[in-house]
Amino acid sequence: MSTAVKKEHKSARPERGGPATLVEAIRQGIWEEMERDPTVFVIGEDVGMYGGAFKVTDGLLDEFGEERVIDTPISEGAIVGAACGAALMGMRPVAEFQFIDFISAGFDLLTNYAAKCRYRWGASIPAVFRGPCGSGVRTGPFHSLNAESFFLNTAGLKIVEPSTAYDAKGLIKAAIRDPDPVLYFEHKKLYRLPRLREELPSDDYIVEIGKARIVREGRDLSIITFGAMVLTALDAAAELEKEGLDVEIIDLRTLAPLDKQTIIASVKKTSRALVLHEASRTGGIGGEIAAMLAEEAFEWLDAPVIRVASIDTPVPYSPPLEDYYLPQTKDVVSAARKLAGY
Amino acid sequence: MSTEVVMPQMGESIAEGTITKWLKKVGERVERDEPLFEISTDKVDAEIPSPAAGVLTEVRFNEGDTVEVNSVVAVLDGEGGQTVSAAPAVEEVKPAEKPQPKAEPPAPPTPPPPVEAAPPKTVEPPTPAPVSQPAAAAAAVKALEESIEELRKTKSSPLVRKIAQEHGVDISKLEGTGLSGRVTKNDILSYIESSGARPGSGPIIEAPRVTPAQPIPDMPASPAPKPVAGDHVEQMSVMRKKIAEHMVLSRRTSAHVTTVYEIDMTRIAKLRDTKRDDFYQRTGTKLTFMPFVFEAVNKALRKFPIFNAQVTGDQIIYKQDINLGMAVALDWGLIVPVIKRADDLSISGLARAANDLADRARTKQLKPDEVAGGTFTITNPGVFGGLFGTPIINQPQLAILGVGKIEKRAKVLTTPDGDDFIGIRWMAYFALSFDHRVIDGADAERFLAFVKEQLETGDFSV
Repeated sequence: MSTAVKKEHKSARPERGGPATLVEAIRQGIWEEMERDPTVFVIGEDVGMYGGAFKVTDGLLDEFGEERVIDTPISEGAIVGAACGAALMGMRPVAEFQFIDFISAGFDLLTNYAAKCRYRWGASIPAVFRGPCGSGVRTGPFHSLNAESFFLNTAGLKIVEPSTAYDAKGLIKAAIRDPDPVLYFEHKKLYRLPRLREELPSDDYIVEIGKARIVREGRDLSIITFGAMVLTALDAAAELEKEGLDVEIIDLRTLAPLDKQTIIASVKKTSRALVLHEASRTGGIGGEIAAMLAEEAFEWLDAPVIRVASIDTPVPYSPPLEDYYLPQTKDVVSAARKLAGY
Repeated sequence: MSTEVVMPQMGESIAEGTITKWLKKVGERVERDEPLFEISTDKVDAEIPSPAAGVLTEVRFNEGDTVEVNSVVAVLDGEGGQTVSAAPAVEEVKPAEKPQPKAEPPAPPTPPPPVEAAPPKTVEPPTPAPVSQPAAAAAAVKALEESIEELRKTKSSPLVRKIAQEHGVDISKLEGTGLSGRVTKNDILSYIESSGARPGSGPIIEAPRVTPAQPIPDMPASPAPKPVAGDHVEQMSVMRKKIAEHMVLSRRTSAHVTTVYEIDMTRIAKLRDTKRDDFYQRTGTKLTFMPFVFEAVNKALRKFPIFNAQVTGDQIIYKQDINLGMAVALDWGLIVPVIKRADDLSISGLARAANDLADRARTKQLKPDEVAGGTFTITNPGVFGGLFGTPIINQPQLAILGVGKIEKRAKVLTTPDGDDFIGIRWMAYFALSFDHRVIDGADAERFLAFVKEQLETGDFSV
């Protein structure tokens, strides 16, 4: 998307708090942090004049000016590099990838540089790398990625992904204030989902990085998930409730570092765990969580840990194929049924 | 060389598939990648290509069978064959405790799988025999499958083992409700709760059985009452003992839940009034409310077959015939004669059958098969004035309907214009007890709502 179109009207400063969708919550969070801290700035493709492909940064240019809202050429390498350099010089960049798929073009700097600066030189890189991730919206193999697995194996990177407007705002603010690089993934399907519109507090708050959230308490089995799959899990739980199965749902919120304590406490209660994620199954975070449970909660398990995830293919273009690729509510329901019946 | 064809996994989270069609018959030749059978899963319907060329020698499942993925569904014989790809590590094979259920294709005499861990080489006969390899591999697979069943029972899960150890329970002595009869966390916890689990104690949890002949295990008994002077002691009749046993058995077997609907019987009452005399002259039998109830229930049972079903182990048997049991109170107890194939009968047929069975029940002239084979029971406490009760299911059925007293009540009605007024209506409470093991609340609601709709608005030809 290289055509920057001049806008005719000035986008208003978002309300502090009030009813907000997930995308509005992120925008509020960035806006408030830019007001609070003059070192915070935004950098990315079309983030300025165009307001970002998904309008997360809409209005920031008019409010904060070109020095703090920087449109870049189409080079993720340049975006990450510039963000790292600025961060080392005391700034707090919020770098946007137009789609998280393109994060791979900045992979070297993220994994070999941003992630290791503190370890090698004690130099902190307080940067946020954010962008829309996720499938289920018919965007095909180049605009639907869930990228967390690329980075879970890189020590030094924090990874968060919110599933509610409240968490989205609290986590972006926490990420901006964090002294180290944070990857902030935003599921594009959730951006404007009416179901997620909620009243946000008007006071300044953050959601602590590294803490999962119990979305729904239950006693029969635990579904451990995050992002848009939280909604799938909730729909499945409602269905399973009709069959008398009482499902607990954990929204990880932070994928690295993992909130083992909350996961293990839940599994100690239910003794049955199902890990649900949108990224492909092999090498996904589900395997990591299953292994962690086997190591640290073995004596509490009454059944094998089950993964429900996408199949090991690129995200298909075709809507029916994409539906087949992605875990659907009925897949979660039938896997949970089997798990409960084990 | 023979090739075993397995049920493929057609996607993550799919554990089984249904064979919808065999595209080749036993004896037919099939080329590699030629469609061999069609399957249908939760997600897709697909043609499954043959993994090798050869002659189809064995088909292990019929069309319509649902098969777990990776189960062997057919065997091919011929060139280019290969053994089943995943030959499992034999180290894990425990000695099969049961004899192999099926004879393997002819193979040179193979020594029985040696006890305990034996490397695969020792299983094979010393002489090189090409045919034996697949057979041995297949035997190993089978033994492994059996041992997994066994392992689930003896090893259960880490959690259950831990609880068992803490409480000194031998899990192999318990009967579980999990996969392959595995003892689950809930099983062992409820066992410990009910037994007070002394270390080393091992009474077995009885799986509920559905034969009235089964003696009822002692309840955690309160001390037996003793008669005192002036009391009168009487031996129970055989019928009374049977009823007692059956009632307790039923409560232990089924998860009883009762739901109650109030049904407006005014239409039926009017219909009955206009037809009563004519009906009596025509059939020689009285026209009561019950045949209408029977007919409404027949339709409901056809629409919701789970109410006309039975449970055996982890399977549900949906009965083809609708055989309505009707509880008949006797001076000396209770008996439930059965109207066989009740949905073949008209209102007059139902009335005749019901009156005939009730008359003969009271004169002790019922034949044994007239009190057997019921698939659903209707009881009518309303004849005595009861408004509604919570009837106990007549095992092995899954539900029972109690019809309360049909009486005139003041009801708030609404005119088509939307005005409310109080009318005098013939009303009755219908109480449906159902087995929540296999019937959910919503199903019961739908069933009773349908009965209500039939009785209030349905067509009955008298």
